[in-house]
Amino acid sequence: MVKTLVDRLLTTIPALIGVVVISFLLTRVLPGDTASYFAGPAATPQAIAEVRKQLGLDKSLPEQFLRYVGDLAHGHLGQSLTTGQSVVSDLASRLPASAELTLFGLFLALVIAIPLGVAAAVRQGSWIDHACRIIATAGVSLPVFFTGLILVYVFYFVLQWAPAPLGRLDVFASAPPTVTGFYLIDSLIAGDLETFRAALAQILVPGITLAIFSLAPIARITRASMLSVLSSEFVRTARASGLGPRTVIVTYALRNALLPVVTTLGMVFSFLLGANVLVEKVFAWPGVGSYAVEALIASDFAPVQGFVLAMAILYVALNLIIDLAYGLIDPRVRSSS
Amino acid sequence: MDRRQFLKTSVAGAAASVAGVTAPAVWSPAKAQSRAETLLIVSESGPNNLDIHGVGTNVPGYEASWNCYDRLITHGMKTLPNGVAYYDRDNIIPELAEDMNPGDMSVTFKLRKDAVFQDGTPVTAKDAKWSLDRAVSVGGFPTFQMKAGSLEKPEQFVIVDDRTVRVDFLRKDRLTVPDLAVIVPCIVNSELVKKNAGANDPWGLDYTKQNTAGSGAYRVTKWTPGTEVVFERNELWKAGPLPKIRRVIWRMVPSAGNRRALLERGDADVSYDLPNKDFAELKNSPKLNIVSTPYSNGIQYIGMNVTKPPFDNPKVRQAVAYALPYQKIMDAVLFGLAKPMFGAPADAPTQVAWPQPHKYNTDIDKAKQLLAEAGHANGFETTISFDLGFAVVNEPLCILVQESLQQIGIKTTINKIPGANWRTELNKKEMPLFTNVFSGWLDYPEYFFFWCYDGQNSVFNTMSYKSPEIDTLIAGARAAAADGDTATYDKDVKGFVDLAFRDIPRIPLFQPFVNVAMQKNISGYQYWFHRRLDYRALVKS
Repeated sequence: MVKTLVDRLLTTIPALIGVVVISFLLTRVLPGDTASYFAGPAATPQAIAEVRKQLGLDKSLPEQFLRYVGDLAHGHLGQSLTTGQSVVSDLASRLPASAELTLFGLFLALVIAIPLGVAAAVRQGSWIDHACRIIATAGVSLPVFFTGLILVYVFYFVLQWAPAPLGRLDVFASAPPTVTGFYLIDSLIAGDLETFRAALAQILVPGITLAIFSLAPIARITRASMLSVLSSEFVRTARASGLGPRTVIVTYALRNALLPVVTTLGMVFSFLLGANVLVEKVFAWPGVGSYAVEALIASDFAPVQGFVLAMAILYVALNLIIDLAYGLIDPRVRSSS
Repeated sequence: MDRRQFLKTSVAGAAASVAGVTAPAVWSPAKAQSRAETLLIVSESGPNNLDIHGVGTNVPGYEASWNCYDRLITHGMKTLPNGVAYYDRDNIIPELAEDMNPGDMSVTFKLRKDAVFQDGTPVTAKDAKWSLDRAVSVGGFPTFQMKAGSLEKPEQFVIVDDRTVRVDFLRKDRLTVPDLAVIVPCIVNSELVKKNAGANDPWGLDYTKQNTAGSGAYRVTKWTPGTEVVFERNELWKAGPLPKIRRVIWRMVPSAGNRRALLERGDADVSYDLPNKDFAELKNSPKLNIVSTPYSNGIQYIGMNVTKPPFDNPKVRQAVAYALPYQKIMDAVLFGLAKPMFGAPADAPTQVAWPQPHKYNTDIDKAKQLLAEAGHANGFETTISFDLGFAVVNEPLCILVQESLQQIGIKTTINKIPGANWRTELNKKEMPLFTNVFSGWLDYPEYFFFWCYDGQNSVFNTMSYKSPEIDTLIAGARAAAADGDTATYDKDVKGFVDLAFRDIPRIPLFQPFVNVAMQKNISGYQYWFHRRLDYRALVKS
């Protein structure tokens, strides 16, 4: 097990080096001149040259790259010009926000999609199967920013059920003491139920937006994989042995059907992080996605590089976790590796 | 799990989640109290630096600087006919200084006796000199802005005694004193900043980026970049009556639709960057107060590169000026929220003022005739460029211009340039046809023309226009203004305005509006040359 882990980690190193080089080069070939953007509306060519020198952008590319790698080795990701903070502190404060939202959305999606997929497979051709198909199709075809805006309009503007879409907490509430960076968990640790409720109210609508989007693939894969498992011989045997439908479906069939679902989950999580950018914009959510996009618009290199690197590390970690989860779900995977 | 079981659980789950959504936001009495004294502002983007002297401080950062620092002097207010308080260009009043004594080649300021910084230390002449030295030395935009008023060297700022500081003039320049009232020459707590400055950072820019170290009416107590800025009132403020608003929370809400929803629901108190269409619709809403004020000394225009054919020919430029769909732009792009800068009556005399409308109107026949005279009877092909950062106005505007130019045979391709790239493109001065905005903090015609039309070819002379005649007139007006020679000044200003309209290297379209939407219970809005909010005068009832 440990050996597998170490082997897997070693293989990720070339990928990370590649990410560092490519993110550096890509940000440099982007059109746009950081110095003239930040020299302000009234900049003369001299003023721009001064800003360029202050930012170290007058150096040659290899020199800039060496400095970047040197900083990286010391754990510095550089300074963001759009927020004026170090990229490390920006990411550290924003990553939990994105992760909390994404995981919450994914959790909602799972809670709805897996029972829906299972029910659709068990009652194939019934109304619930059709409902599953309709919900899945609608979910994929509605772009997240659209669903987001519609939900804000309905639940905040018209019905007045949801709080104002102003980020993670209401303006007058204060954040719980940071332990995990997840407000829902931190407020429970602090025993502050009022903050917990406020944070939950804020995250619910953006979470539902993400859930609607990610429901579809999970529900469809659950259904397909359940169908193939339900028609296999061991299920027939289990049924013939007189086991109750609940035992057959949940204990026997579902566990065997979960493998492709977990794979899909990894994929869904990765594109949810992408979809997050738009949801974060709509709900003023202080996450990493909107951070990277704003930096990109201002051709602010350091945050973009830091973001790409952080995401790369996250994916690597995620894939590792999924591989390990395979082993837990299906002993066959464990023994073959 | 059978169907009945499944349905039971899923219905229960749905009920639970609806219950979560419906939990209404109930204010506890303490919260309601603090809400009454707190102003909630929502805007698209926030500051990247709290100090205007910093490297690359963005425009929202100016608002933080304006409210957290004092200057030696500031402007009084006047009331426009529509009831809006507007800064009075010609009425300069003391702020940190209690007395201003202008001499022939210098001006002396006496500091307030009681003025203290936010940490309680008194404001001294040493702080004033250090701050002004800093503004002319850090480079970049602040130094450039100081230069605009002939404030260039630290030697110009002299400590006379502990409470007196003198500013020596390099040359006679009417803009020197007004330039001391803009945002840049703010007075910084020099001891506090020096104490916190790093070894490579003599001016302590890293410290003031995150911390406000001034004597101003507010200080920043919490700043989460890209999310929110919280200002608290400085109870020690002496340079004016204590502001009514105790706390200002400025939240960044990127989606314009949500900013509007927050305003209409009454959750946000003020917002000022919504699309024109939203403002036009909100104007009719009984729930909100919308204040629209034209940019002082600011114009959106169509520019043409005069160094290259075909726009090197004045007849072609005039043809374009007769072909632009001015009124359509006003109606369809701006929803009437701008001041027209076209179509003055043919017999209207030129004013000694800027901005003022030119006499061109949409007249396709005349445009065709001029184009034929210029030898382009069959038209030509070119590209029209705009800044995507302001696409809400620029994109429909360019499409209308494209349609209109098509009618006189000029085929245009639209070139959209991302915001980060726009300045680079402007600096190259190669775009043949483009739309852009220029506005100056100092509201003087010769200031505008010096940057936008003078042969020194600054970055704002986006057309690369060069004319010895206009250079002479601009220099004449600047000299006359410094000497107080009104007759020559008037003649020269009229001269360069006439010439700019005759040669028409840039075609003014309109003066954009600053639109601010407020709840009905918010009053005290003031228009300032920097177009950002001044929290000090705002009142929430």
